[in-house]
Amino acid sequence: MNLLRLSWRMLLREWRAGELHALSFALLIAVGGVSAVGFFTDRVNQALTTEASQLLAADLVLAADHEVNQELITEARRRGLTPVRILTFPSMVVTAAGNQLAEIKAVAPGYPLRGKLRIQSGEGEQDAEGIPEPGKVWLDPRLLAQLNLAPGDSLSLGNARLQVAAVLSFEPDRGGGMFSIAPRLMMNAQDLPATALIQPGSRIGYRTLLAGQPREIAAYRAWATPRLSRGERIEGVSDGRPEIRSALERGGKFLNLAALTSLILAAVAIVLSARRFLERHLDGCAVMRCVGASQAQVFRLYLYQFLWLGVLASLAGCLLGYGAQWVLARQLGGLVAADLPAPSWVPLAYGLLTGVATLLGFALPFLQRLKRVPPLWVLRRELGGPQRLGLAGFAAGIAVLLALLLWQAGEIRLGLYILAGLVSVVMVALLLTHALIRLLAPLRRGVGVTWRYGLANLVRRRHASASQVMALGLGLTALLILTLVRGDLLHSWQSTLPQHAPNRFVINIQPDQVQPLQDFLGNHGMASAALFPMVRGRLLAINDRTVSAADFVDDRAKRLVEREFNLSWAEQLQNDNQIVAGRWWGKNHDGSAQWSVEEGIAKNLGIRLGDKLTYQVAGQNFSATVTSLRKVDWDSFHVNFFVIATPALLQDSPASHITAFYLPAGEEALLNGMVKAFPNLTVIDVAALMNQVRAMMERIAATVEFVFLFTLAAGLMALYAAISATREERMVEAAIMRTLGASGRQLLLSQLAEFILIGLLAGTVAALAATGLGYVLATQVFHLPYQFNPWLWVISLASGVLGVTLAGWLGTRGVLRQPPLQTLGRLC
Amino acid sequence: MQASRLSRQVPVNDGVLTILHHLDLEIASGESVAIIGASGSGKSTLLGLLAGLDLPTSGEVRINGENLFALDEDGRAALRGRLVGFVFQSFQLLPALTALENVMLPLELAGAASAREMALSVLQRVGLGERLSHYPKHLSGGEQQRVAIARAFATQPKLLLADEPTGNLDSATGARIIDLLFELNREQGTTLVLVTHDAELAARCGRRLRLVDGHLVES
Repeated sequence: MNLLRLSWRMLLREWRAGELHALSFALLIAVGGVSAVGFFTDRVNQALTTEASQLLAADLVLAADHEVNQELITEARRRGLTPVRILTFPSMVVTAAGNQLAEIKAVAPGYPLRGKLRIQSGEGEQDAEGIPEPGKVWLDPRLLAQLNLAPGDSLSLGNARLQVAAVLSFEPDRGGGMFSIAPRLMMNAQDLPATALIQPGSRIGYRTLLAGQPREIAAYRAWATPRLSRGERIEGVSDGRPEIRSALERGGKFLNLAALTSLILAAVAIVLSARRFLERHLDGCAVMRCVGASQAQVFRLYLYQFLWLGVLASLAGCLLGYGAQWVLARQLGGLVAADLPAPSWVPLAYGLLTGVATLLGFALPFLQRLKRVPPLWVLRRELGGPQRLGLAGFAAGIAVLLALLLWQAGEIRLGLYILAGLVSVVMVALLLTHALIRLLAPLRRGVGVTWRYGLANLVRRRHASASQVMALGLGLTALLILTLVRGDLLHSWQSTLPQHAPNRFVINIQPDQVQPLQDFLGNHGMASAALFPMVRGRLLAINDRTVSAADFVDDRAKRLVEREFNLSWAEQLQNDNQIVAGRWWGKNHDGSAQWSVEEGIAKNLGIRLGDKLTYQVAGQNFSATVTSLRKVDWDSFHVNFFVIATPALLQDSPASHITAFYLPAGEEALLNGMVKAFPNLTVIDVAALMNQVRAMMERIAATVEFVFLFTLAAGLMALYAAISATREERMVEAAIMRTLGASGRQLLLSQLAEFILIGLLAGTVAALAATGLGYVLATQVFHLPYQFNPWLWVISLASGVLGVTLAGWLGTRGVLRQPPLQTLGRLC
Repeated sequence: MQASRLSRQVPVNDGVLTILHHLDLEIASGESVAIIGASGSGKSTLLGLLAGLDLPTSGEVRINGENLFALDEDGRAALRGRLVGFVFQSFQLLPALTALENVMLPLELAGAASAREMALSVLQRVGLGERLSHYPKHLSGGEQQRVAIARAFATQPKLLLADEPTGNLDSATGARIIDLLFELNREQGTTLVLVTHDAELAARCGRRLRLVDGHLVES
């Protein structure tokens, strides 16, 4: 306890003496950086989840083919969640001019809970205030065109007569069931009884939308899931649409990547400052040993000081981070969702733990060295100080860093990739620096005094130079990854959604319409649109064992077993499909019955290569063996099927066909012509849905850019820590040179020579590492094509030299203005 | 060299501490002067001001008729390069440079054409001809100070300022260093100003000045 108090007093004393400022500053900024990113990404992640929930128009949906159990609704209310009930069903809309099958959606006040409806009325397009009034309906433009209606006209729906009040131009949850979408008619649920359309046997979807705090939603979901009866299911934000899920996952990975690099930069800054702290405390430590302190006492004294320091600086850092993220959030303005939710406490705990653990992880080895300083050091410096720490000395710190990396990455693979990158940068930096120094050393006799001095310092501080190159190389690598490599990755990612991705799906194409429709499309310049057969089938058994929803834990698997699949058959593998296991049967197969299954659904349902699957199609059972697993590029927006059969297996089943094509804006007239020629076809407009997905991706990209700005600051801190680790040494040497008659210019040049060399080395190391890491990230993590970017090298070398020389010049220019004796007097 | 009404004050917690107070000093060419005084009396401060390594609160220092403090930092550095050599108590060799490179440094900074040869000859003169490529950390304290003295004399300065040149050395080594200092001083006809605690060393100088309460008194 006495030591604890003494350590506190010593901390205060050293604080006043200015000994701890640099270390505390580095730690504070580091924790500030990490926790600001933590707080900010915490909020952004919550916002992204909310954003994604717009696609559900809610945070959670209870969906059923009957009225949802009232107990579930009551409990949701009791937990403070807002329930809104909507009904959807297909029905004919009748006008004097004709009739049209439409997807009716009857909504109650409060809908949509997330996102906004957009309507066009007299005043142009605008966000809708509320829902259609009783007696009024909103129609989507397609239905309006098909029925030749305009706002103000009337229509019949069942027994009710309703008036068209507005054009419904956007519905956030339109994408919910892509293949069942007929043109939309939205009405007020109060008018339902008047229509008399809700009868026993009607095909009605009951959906109860719920919204609330994420924690409440999660708790409610956990409570409700075991209480669902058959035909009831819960849809969460990330349950549905594979393409939206992959967008969310990638967004999350990009954000984590940003946070990870700022963490690494933080550790670099801490190591450099801690090493300097050790060097500055050798004397004090030796004096304490002289006056009778034991090694253990000295160690504990410094340990407690570091604990105090770690906790205080980390707390201050968390405060700084908390402040910084508010500034960030304000700067973001409309870029991220309008209101970011308040951050959780997790980033605070994370920041504290990061600060204390990283400080101790990297400082303890130095403290161990410090306690071993012989008391004789006071008298005989030539005994030599503590030996330098090798890489092994940082095992504890690296372990801390690894644990934090894995925790922050949330997945082992990403964490290990980052760590592999880190280790390779360290190794490359060390090897390269030593090799280049060896190469450069002989030049020293042939160059002028300033370059000789720069070279001589580089050689003398070989280990320090190597660690500086490593720190700067790491910082630059992170910056490069976050700018150029990230840009390249985002570009590759966004280009996987080509501008001309299909935006119209046509379903319900009857077999006898396949050729006429292909002719029609061909005549209108869309010959490339392929038509795919589609049959509805229910999965009955895997390996002759009947499957039921109860066999599966996973929600998605349960739903997949309960509903009918869209099955198809094909001879050729689609371009955006890739066989990951087994073999595709090809054109000349032996005619045996086979299935090919999408790998994601196979994983969900536990289907393996060689399993026998039995599907029921139109009352008939079809059994075959799974001979291949496919990876599907959902981002392509092409027609794709979870399960495909050999043609012989299914081609005699009752099938309709489906196609998808890109319709340029302004050519909607083509659709009208098509619907007139083939009145039974249903055309699904996915352009609006795709715009929604694209907007979200752009938002994620913008968010990563903002997070990157903070990581940039963390990188600059590491750079500054690296320069200031040798700053005082440089100032003393410059003062000596001043005494010997060096001019300001000579002094500046001799300093710059060394900085330029260090910058060049760091730039080379960073360019190598960023190229390698970019390749691994693109091909192994994000599965995107990799493209070499020569600008990476140009920018890396240039920013290495410019950054180091600028920071070095800023850090040491004081000596040029200060009388030498003041520098020598202060520092010697 | 001439110093007139030289004052140096430093701010302290509760006011201003006067280290040197309107001090006047005149040293003729070729003279050797010892400045002695109690610890903290301002000896090193005075020496720093005489070399233009620090700025006075008021007053001026003229070397060869040139007012040091009318020049900027670069101007003072150039003047030192031309006229002044300096020997520190703690040697202040540049650790990155070999013994030879350390001695070459002031010559090169001044743009001397045959820096290497000149440095070689003065290092041989101080008896370190065998230690040319050694780094400071591989030299003993006495050897380091000999390199520092070689460095100070390499440019053949008119004025040599030495701050406690034997302060960090044992007495035998110190005595050898002093011998060397005075030999070179004689050979080159240098004006020598040294600050010391060492009465024996002070006694070898032509003139002894004691710094008391910011004033110089002949001793």
